[in-house]
Amino acid sequence: MIQRAIDGRVTSAATAVKVRVSHLDVYYGSNHAVRDASLDIEENQVTALIGPSGCGKSTFIRAINRLHDLTPSARVSGKVELDDVDIYSRGVDPIVMRRRVGMVFQRPNPFPMSIYDNVAYGPRVNGERDASRIAGLVEDSLRHAALWDEVKDRLSESGVALSGGQQQRLCIARVLSLRPEVILMDEPASALDPIATVKIEELIAELRERYTVVIVTHSMAQAGRVSDRTAFFLNGSIVEAGPTNQIFTRPKDRRTEDYITGRFG
Amino acid sequence: MSTELDSPRTLTAARGRAAQRGLTTRQAVSDRAFRVALLGATLLFVALIAGLFVELVHGSWESIVTFGAGFLWSSEWNPVTNHFGALPFIYGTVVSSAIAIVIAGVVGISAAVFLAEFAPAVVARPVSFFIELLAAVPSVVFGLWGLFVLAPILSQTVEPFLQRYLGFLPLFSGPIYGVGLFTAGLLLALMIVPTVAAIARDLIQAVPNELREASIALGATRWETATRVVLPSARAGIVGACVLALGRALGETIAATMVIGNRPAISASLFAPGYTLSSVIANEFTEATSSIYLSALLELGLILFVVSVVVNGGARVLMWSMLRSLGRRP
Ligand SMILES: Nc1ncnc2c1ncn2[C@@H]1O[C@H](COP(=O)(O)OP(=O)(O)OP(=O)(O)O)[C@@H](O)[C@H]1O
Ligand SMILES: [Mg+2]
Repeated sequence: MIQRAIDGRVTSAATAVKVRVSHLDVYYGSNHAVRDASLDIEENQVTALIGPSGCGKSTFIRAINRLHDLTPSARVSGKVELDDVDIYSRGVDPIVMRRRVGMVFQRPNPFPMSIYDNVAYGPRVNGERDASRIAGLVEDSLRHAALWDEVKDRLSESGVALSGGQQQRLCIARVLSLRPEVILMDEPASALDPIATVKIEELIAELRERYTVVIVTHSMAQAGRVSDRTAFFLNGSIVEAGPTNQIFTRPKDRRTEDYITGRFG
Repeated sequence: MSTELDSPRTLTAARGRAAQRGLTTRQAVSDRAFRVALLGATLLFVALIAGLFVELVHGSWESIVTFGAGFLWSSEWNPVTNHFGALPFIYGTVVSSAIAIVIAGVVGISAAVFLAEFAPAVVARPVSFFIELLAAVPSVVFGLWGLFVLAPILSQTVEPFLQRYLGFLPLFSGPIYGVGLFTAGLLLALMIVPTVAAIARDLIQAVPNELREASIALGATRWETATRVVLPSARAGIVGACVLALGRALGETIAATMVIGNRPAISASLFAPGYTLSSVIANEFTEATSSIYLSALLELGLILFVVSVVVNGGARVLMWSMLRSLGRRP
């Protein structure tokens, strides 16, 4: 369903803002890594964050599930609203919030425990005790992460013994086991070979139907393939954000165009 | 500590990089010379250990021939009749070290988790410093403190308390002397706790941060992360650290001698005096007048040597396998 908004832009009525980041600043000590960044992340869309190395993409994405809480030198200011509630406000318990916002990291990082226990970890630490429900979640999540057929006969083997691509899908399954609403991915395929990358990309396309996905990527082609919307970062600021095909074909900012066409970065 | 453990990996990596770069002849020569030197040093240590072993067997040969395997389970120790058996000393060594490692393991691992995972740097740094300082205190000082401070405290308060509530167990029954297996075990625990705490802390810090982040991002608390992800990842290494500390307790001589009571007897009670392998060697070595007496003492040394080598070797293998398994991740 298409409708015309007040300002005349055409938007789809089905999309709503899932995460609204406003005036976000992140410092590491005196290093100002993210500068006054604002971005609306829409529900059931894949949003790609692109930009040259060191421009603050990881720092930005890690602010969305308060992972900076672990870094003593990091300081965050601004707002990150998840369904209109600022996750940095006083009443929010980061532990509870993180169940709704999952994260997949650049390097596959399965726990040194069995495949089954890796996926069951999230439900278990979140209080699920019922063994049959856990088993159901594990199977569902592994199926959804397109890993079930490869591992169903060796669920008790160590997760660390899988191939890199399988490990990354295991990490995605681990995130899915909590049925999150938002999935953050920081260059999820950068440590993988092309075939494993294709699998991850197919997976992301499927995840879009149920989840809101934010993906950091270095590959322009990947951003083009998987994302609906793209935000371009430069030196800690968001230069431009919008629908992916618009950013790629008719960027408004000169710097975006330079980056997309490979003139720097 | 960690650099020492890291070195084999670092070496292989360095060799790999050198190979990629394409070795010039000069590099190849120095590389080979370095390897030969390393091999030489390794062989030297192997030869030293083997030589020690041979020498001990040679020295204790008379005792080995006279008492046979029965030496290991005879509890007679009589220089007058020249009848010797090792059991009371083995018992005293094993029991005091077991008490030590149980206490030091629990305390040391808890301290390591606290220091590595929870304490802010302003707390962790001075505490780590004092723990390491504790390791530098000479054992005779520990012995003096054990005899004049710890033993009276134990005999007046702790041991009567344990006896009141747990006295129905043979372990905590019987007369209280102050010196004895329990006191020795506790003192040894204090002496080896720095080893456990410092190595375990290093190993916990070696667990990749990505694992912590993954756990936290799944809605785990820091406590859950520490106990369910970080500690299990470091488990093999921490067991190794405990075994290494156990090796120290087994061989510790002077402090144990000062507080264990030095009586070659086996008693069910932990409060009773005992004797350890190393203590009896140190105490009686000068008075061993007959050759069979001296030989029996050397055989005690041989037993201690074999146990220590096995325990320490096992510890190294465990710690190594942990660091290797963490390093194997892609
Ligand atoms: N833990 C940290 N402590 C201090 N400074 C940091 C830390 N992490 C990142 N930085 C700094 O913050 C800035 C942004 O880094 P960030 O990792 O967010 O960039 P990025 O866009 O993800 O880069 P890349 O594409 O290379 O992953 C950099 O200058 C970096 O050096
Ligand atoms: Mg990054």
